[in-house]
Amino acid sequence: MPNLKDLKNRISSVQSTRKITSAMKMVAASKLRRAQEQAQASGPYAERMGRMLASLAANVQGSGNGPKLMTGTGSDSVHLVVIVSSDRGLCGAFNGSIVREAKRQITRLQGEGKTVKLLTVGRKARDQLRREFGALMVHGYEDVGRRRLSFADADMVSQKVLTMFDAGEFDVCTIIFNKFKSAISQIVTVQQLIPFAVPETDAAPADEVKAVYEFEPDEEQILAELLPRNLSIQVYRALLESAASEQGARMTAMDNATRNAGDMINKLTITYNRTRQAYITKELIEIISGAEAL
Amino acid sequence: MADKVEFELVSPEKLLKSLPVDMVVVPGAEGDFGVLAGHAPMIATVRPGVIEVYEGDRVVDRVFVAGGFAEVTGTRCTVLAEEAQALSAIDRAAVEKAIKDLSEDLSDAASDADKAAVEAKLAVAQAKLDALATPGAAH
Repeated sequence: MPNLKDLKNRISSVQSTRKITSAMKMVAASKLRRAQEQAQASGPYAERMGRMLASLAANVQGSGNGPKLMTGTGSDSVHLVVIVSSDRGLCGAFNGSIVREAKRQITRLQGEGKTVKLLTVGRKARDQLRREFGALMVHGYEDVGRRRLSFADADMVSQKVLTMFDAGEFDVCTIIFNKFKSAISQIVTVQQLIPFAVPETDAAPADEVKAVYEFEPDEEQILAELLPRNLSIQVYRALLESAASEQGARMTAMDNATRNAGDMINKLTITYNRTRQAYITKELIEIISGAEAL
Repeated sequence: MADKVEFELVSPEKLLKSLPVDMVVVPGAEGDFGVLAGHAPMIATVRPGVIEVYEGDRVVDRVFVAGGFAEVTGTRCTVLAEEAQALSAIDRAAVEKAIKDLSEDLSDAASDADKAAVEAKLAVAQAKLDALATPGAAH
């Protein structure tokens, strides 16, 4: 028969766990809202940048010699994979699914005979991939946007990518991140950054597609400045999506943990009460049978 | 001045301004250009400098931008800025200090890439200072 005191301790420990998880859930919820707002705020810039790029690209494509960031280096033997994860755990399958997708991509690329290099953002991806693919890692960023993700953080990552690209250290760059769908669902997304795929413009209103732009200075120069900028934006968007996803995943995970703790407390309380009653009954029986013996 | 231009100033972090104005003067990489309603469609790079927003023939707003891109259509002028700051919010002493620090960094910079990065920052800071020096900046 379980000890009453042990049971009581158990209940109080689960209760304090529940307090912690429910506090974490609320913190995650408020951070999620902030992250979502931030992601929304970056929308206009990205959208206009995309529109500009599309009209520029349409002009340059005719001439056939766009910048390398768009057309690629001509080969695709070296791949750089940027993996965006979180710094902290306790967020459900968030990091697990990123790492799983990353592993699949790496194995696939290696199977095709390509060289793979890794760049990780966030401590978790680095730690989980280090054992298997430690030799492939170029650099790992930690504590990116710990307080509040800023554009400068994304710029830092994209500058590193650009420097590597300019030095000819890779041909194709893809980024793997969690795209925020809702608080309970994040989609692991693989997006190609370099060479950059020009966005489709069918969403733009008809009069703007027809507008023939003047360029000052010429298209190639603008494009050469715009593309690195666009890379930063894409990275920034990915980091924002990932930050929102992380908080969403954590909120859900903590919500489940809180509920589970509640269930556990209920079960333990029932056991506790039964045990207590059993003890009382046992003592009564002892007294009665003692009295009968007299 | 019946027609207005929809002026938008966007930074990567948020949409800073979106309002109809009479005219904006944007510091293009190859010279300042004013945008009125019905301007020919154009895409231009922006150098570090001051965007002036006109209401009638009066300047109502001055914003410093650290470079970026401008997209102009007949009805709209969109500036994608890398960094934007209201001119009145710039602290002269801080800028002067930044210039001094950056000048020191420049002499310390080892590689060409470092040097170029510092020079770019220096140019932005210098442009800020120049912007402050222009008459009417105290507005």
